[in-house]
Amino acid sequence: MMELDQKSTRALKFFAPQMVTISKSGIFRLILLLIFIVGGIYALLVQIIEGHVVTGMRDNVVWGIYIVNFIFFIGISYAGALISGILHLLRVKWRTPIIRIAEIITVISTFIGPIYILLCMGRLDRLHHLAVFGRIQSPIIWDVLAISTYLIGSIIFLYLASIRDMAALRDYPFESKWRNGVYKFFAVNYRGTSRQNRYLDRALDTMSAIIIPLAVLVHSVLAWIFGMTLRPGWHSTIFAPYFVVAAVFSGTGVLIIALWIFRRFYNLKSYITKIHFNYLGIILMILGALYGYFTFSEYLTSWYGSETWDMEVLYKLFDTSEYWWWFFFAAFIGVLLPIIVILIPKFRNINSITAVSVIAVAALWVKRYLIIIPTLETPLLPLQDMRSEYIRYSPTLVEWLLTFSGVATFFLFFFLFSKLVPIVPVVKADDSVNYSQLRKTVMKRIIKRKIKEEKLKEAKKIEHL
Amino acid sequence: MSEVMKSHKRRNFLKTGAGLAIGLGAISINGLGTEPPIKDAGKKIKVLMPDGSLAEVDEKSLSTRTGSMQPAKGPKAKEGIPGRKFVMVIDLGKCNNARKCIEGCQKGHNLDTSQEWMTVHLRKDNHQSEPYWFPKPCYHCDNPPCVKVCPVGATYKRSDGCVLVDVNRCIGCKFCMSACPYSARVFNWEPPPKSSEANQDYSPETSVPGQVGTVGKCDFCPDRSRQGKLPYCVNSCPMGAIYFGDMNEDAISNGTETVSFKELINNRAGHRILEELGTYPSVYYLPPVDKAFSYERGLKNLSEEQKKKALENLSKY
Repeated sequence: MMELDQKSTRALKFFAPQMVTISKSGIFRLILLLIFIVGGIYALLVQIIEGHVVTGMRDNVVWGIYIVNFIFFIGISYAGALISGILHLLRVKWRTPIIRIAEIITVISTFIGPIYILLCMGRLDRLHHLAVFGRIQSPIIWDVLAISTYLIGSIIFLYLASIRDMAALRDYPFESKWRNGVYKFFAVNYRGTSRQNRYLDRALDTMSAIIIPLAVLVHSVLAWIFGMTLRPGWHSTIFAPYFVVAAVFSGTGVLIIALWIFRRFYNLKSYITKIHFNYLGIILMILGALYGYFTFSEYLTSWYGSETWDMEVLYKLFDTSEYWWWFFFAAFIGVLLPIIVILIPKFRNINSITAVSVIAVAALWVKRYLIIIPTLETPLLPLQDMRSEYIRYSPTLVEWLLTFSGVATFFLFFFLFSKLVPIVPVVKADDSVNYSQLRKTVMKRIIKRKIKEEKLKEAKKIEHL
Repeated sequence: MSEVMKSHKRRNFLKTGAGLAIGLGAISINGLGTEPPIKDAGKKIKVLMPDGSLAEVDEKSLSTRTGSMQPAKGPKAKEGIPGRKFVMVIDLGKCNNARKCIEGCQKGHNLDTSQEWMTVHLRKDNHQSEPYWFPKPCYHCDNPPCVKVCPVGATYKRSDGCVLVDVNRCIGCKFCMSACPYSARVFNWEPPPKSSEANQDYSPETSVPGQVGTVGKCDFCPDRSRQGKLPYCVNSCPMGAIYFGDMNEDAISNGTETVSFKELINNRAGHRILEELGTYPSVYYLPPVDKAFSYERGLKNLSEEQKKKALENLSKY
């Protein structure tokens, strides 16, 4: 048994029953998600049977919204990796109730994202070729290595941060005993001894320090898939940091949305408070400003230089008959609105912050579309294809179904996770580890050993004499 | 043109071409100057060097390198035909958009009519200049961006200059297609059309049969070079606008005449497309000068819709 303080016991009594029951509206929402997922499975079967010809992708636009979704999901995975990693390392006090949600977002989206890459592949049956014939020179292999490491890393991070709760749940009297068995397995005999705590805290610190550069690397590598090609709108040196900033921006947005949903449907009002929305809102605002700055810099530079092919892409973005309104939404509304609403205290409240987060996240999806599609529609040697579907990409029903089922899967996994671990950490992580004290103890030990060795030597010398 | 005449001309080309290149294409000199002289030297024979001079070498130090006439398969297809460096020259002054190169290529590679490994664009260099027809194969770059990005090494560069695709290895990620600055690559969105050609054993040199879900492109027809033939597009061009040959031999041919590659490029200001990208293409263009016809003549081979689109593109300049 592990001893829990009063606060943790109260939290455990609040969350554990929630994990084994499901409300009527919960069942309804679950069915809704399953309908979308079944739609996606149907679309997947159609694509496998009929081939890629059922998508809107063609020889010029070789990648469609699948790759947009891929970037989008990997982007929102930043919620857990960067936000919770940084907040953990900085020992930010208010992070506790939101950290689990952030880490779950990371694991789920890092899992779903790469599925979209697989949907882009013409020969899924040859997936093993990546392992057998993989060439380290190819940015796709960089991606495979980075994302798989990142996925494993974020699972470890989530798991380490959940061990304390697993131990608490192990000792909780569930009706069905299999749960206790599962928690016993995952709690790895954690009892809350000071030695266990010390190791666990150190492991958590190490993992959050590892996960931050790993996350930065993952999105940089992803940006380089595009940045490494000689294409207008892609071949840009700022692409890696630009993608990283966009990813943290969208990750924070999704975290705010998730907090809002859980606060509402899981009665977490006493855990997730206005403070969390305010602080995350301010982080969102700063990232929005940074992202806006990158966007401005990117387009200003290519417009001012005005090379023919750069201009061709830019004209498409600013042409009202092509992409202007989408571009206006993605690069102006989606950046400026969150900044304005959060900047002015009068506008700042839980609902408004969530609303602008929804807008920012949607805008970022559109922005990824505008990075991928117009550039692919504008090859260096001007396109002279006569077939309209080869000139202009438009996603087909199959692609939309798979997109929506990806979002539904995201929520479904979230639901499943919330039934396995408390959505808010029950046992508070101990921040009181005194590192200078720890270092002193370790130093003392080393000095003691040295002295012992010296003494031994002396004794030997005397013997020798 | 009748088939008989064509093959007659080809044979003529082969005679001249092969005659010129004796000692290089068919015979190679084993380690000339690097190995110790062979004892009991036999008869000396004269061979033509790449720079046009004659050299006398020992008969025994020569070995024939005819190689296989059959298209290479498996790992051998990665090596390239020894001693070759293929090059193509397209005379833009001669192209009138007959589109026969496209048809010949499609027939030879068992492609659907919607798939064009060779395309013909209507181009204009600037708003003052006259438009011209612009045949565009794969450029078989010496620094190929497509080969760099391939995650599984399904597309590769050979010693003879060809950039080939192994459709048995290709995973269909299409990264090569987005990396190619010349849009030379074509995806097999649907299975290739059924025909007798489709049953033959696959070789990256013939590119037949193609496979659904993989990438295809112009392969420079190395299988035909092995047999001493010119690529399908070169043979099909009624204007003789496309020359193909070996840079090492310094001999290229359009099927009717065989000329020196160096001379042609130097005398007629040969250039490559988007040289500034650093891709080093193997396809050169001769500028569209001294045209015997106006570009409008080529419009008749386009459908009404295509014509409209082509002229619309011109108005952009």
